[in-house]
Amino acid sequence: MITAERKPMEEILEHINPYNRILLVGCNECVTVCAAGGRKEVGLLSAALQMAYMKEGRTLEVKEITLERQCDPEYIEELVTQIDRAEAVLSMACGCGVQEIAKRYTTKPVFPAVNTKSMGASERQGVWAERCRGCGDCLLGLTGGICPIARCSKRIMNGPCGGSTKGKCEISPDVDCAWNLIWERLKELGLEKKYEEITEAKDWRPSWHGGPRKIIREDMAE
Amino acid sequence: MKTESVVEKVLKSGQLVVTSECGPPRGANPDKVREKAEMLRGYVDGINVTDNQTAMVRMSSLSACIIIKQMGLDPILQMVSRDRNRLAMQSDILGAYSHGINTMLCLSGDHIHFGDHPMATNVYDLDSVQAIQMVRKMRDEGKFQGGEDIDTPPKMFIGAAANPFADPFELRVARLAKKVKAGVDFIQTQCIYNMEKFETWMKGVCDRGLHKKVAILAGITPMKTVGMAKYMKNRVPGMDVPDEIVKRMGGVPKEKQAEEGIKIAVEQIERLKEVEGVAGFHIMAIEWEQKVPEIVERAGLLPRPQV
Amino acid sequence: MENFEPVIVAFCCHYCAYTAADMAGSMRLTYPPNVKIIRVPCTGKVDTKHILQAFQHGADGVYIAGCLAGDCHFKNGNIKAARRVARAKKLLGEIGIEEDRVEMITMSAGMGERFAQTATEITEKIRNMGPNPVTVFRVGQKQPT
Repeated sequence: MITAERKPMEEILEHINPYNRILLVGCNECVTVCAAGGRKEVGLLSAALQMAYMKEGRTLEVKEITLERQCDPEYIEELVTQIDRAEAVLSMACGCGVQEIAKRYTTKPVFPAVNTKSMGASERQGVWAERCRGCGDCLLGLTGGICPIARCSKRIMNGPCGGSTKGKCEISPDVDCAWNLIWERLKELGLEKKYEEITEAKDWRPSWHGGPRKIIREDMAE
Repeated sequence: MKTESVVEKVLKSGQLVVTSECGPPRGANPDKVREKAEMLRGYVDGINVTDNQTAMVRMSSLSACIIIKQMGLDPILQMVSRDRNRLAMQSDILGAYSHGINTMLCLSGDHIHFGDHPMATNVYDLDSVQAIQMVRKMRDEGKFQGGEDIDTPPKMFIGAAANPFADPFELRVARLAKKVKAGVDFIQTQCIYNMEKFETWMKGVCDRGLHKKVAILAGITPMKTVGMAKYMKNRVPGMDVPDEIVKRMGGVPKEKQAEEGIKIAVEQIERLKEVEGVAGFHIMAIEWEQKVPEIVERAGLLPRPQV
Repeated sequence: MENFEPVIVAFCCHYCAYTAADMAGSMRLTYPPNVKIIRVPCTGKVDTKHILQAFQHGADGVYIAGCLAGDCHFKNGNIKAARRVARAKKLLGEIGIEEDRVEMITMSAGMGERFAQTATEITEKIRNMGPNPVTVFRVGQKQPT
């Protein structure tokens, strides 16, 4: 899922400070899974924001809506009945959702309530870790299913570097050395020989370095 | 001979190579470079110039190398892939060669997290193995990494680092093999304190015949104090300092610790001379460069060959 | 502030805290009328949102009273409740409301005295803290300038 974390409260309050009626929009997919912007988090943020206003003698009217997702225009369209009443929109979806709302409702200021972090997976309940950086040219078949671009702090493709210590990355004992994981996996798969094949310099064009990316399915796009 | 490098010439003559290190200043004063380099004149075959070491901004390795070259000494350009993409790297290599710099080290570089600008981006367009391949292609094929021809290709003698003490140990010989396959000419190891582990690694290296394809320079760093020994043991990733060394350093009074550290370094060199595959020494006396001449002399490595 | 009578909401689990409250009643123990008890089947049923809503609607203090550690009738409802109280504290702190206004306490069904005592202590604590800042501009009280 795309992982995200709610922004600090001061930042959110600063964004919506000029307004008294907001539309608070959650998303039922990725941010629900990582407990950052789903229906529940919308409810909590709504209560907290209203109380923050009440403390200052102001009233904040919050309309709470959680869409199935915010990255498809069909769902964004559902806000059309509520949008006029709102002075601003606060979206708890990832950056994609915030932008889609802004694109559709151009006359309303739209603010993000979460900081989008990465593409990740659940390590266990309550812990979501980065797994993929969208390099556009997946090499997981060569590394036993562990990504050095997302999980090696230096994105080394012929690792490990000289700082790997006891299976952990030099930057922190909380970060696994991806190349240690890859080596252990290659051993489990009986593919030790693969380790000595040199992975050549990466062509970064399929990644964000080549510019903003768009996928077009000829058979589907009109 | 692939290059004009003094390091290459000394190796070819069958003698032990000695290199040392010069850290550029955290400012724009060239005299700081000249002072350090001057101390090493006549004692080493090459002077490494570090590249934003530990991710702290310093005068660039390239410019400090030029200063050293102009003194008539032999600088070794260190280039990390943390701060430069392949364009900048190739560009700097061309510039370096145009100033007569002919020896360089390809490194990944300490993570930006350790330095004074942890908020910057990490470049890592290439890793050290890919950088070695690139420099070899520039030298032997006269082509840029992207494939186009170079007008006046740079003839660099290519070095890299090896750390026999990092984990996992079982991979450390294979990783060296990868660098050799990529085209590295010489290696400088991380500084050695754990002799047994180093010798085990060297045995693995020799068993695969790698010592015949690449010249391995053993890294030596003299301890200054027992505090330094403890710090390196506990706080530096990829460093292996056995308890005996710490004990030995702590066993002498404070004023005598520096001398003990030098003694240990000289003993290490003498022992390593006997290890098969060791082609020389890389003496890193960080902020203690003035001791390098003494170490070189006491270890019987003078005079340096005139090649 | 004179004549300030705090409104305290107490979520009490049926199996322990609510029974203890009953026990306090039959023992004729007094505790402040400020405490409004809400019976829940288990404190694990209380969501963070309920805690926030209580404050939003004017409560000056909230506490969740559940079973003693290890004794929850539903195994770990009280543990979940404790975590949610922690989350509520954090959220309240972020909007400038004192985190001590909410707390989690535990007791067994027979602890009538403990129920009465904690109810009294908490009421006093909240009385000293003053009214919920969210409701400071309630009708009849200080008006915004």
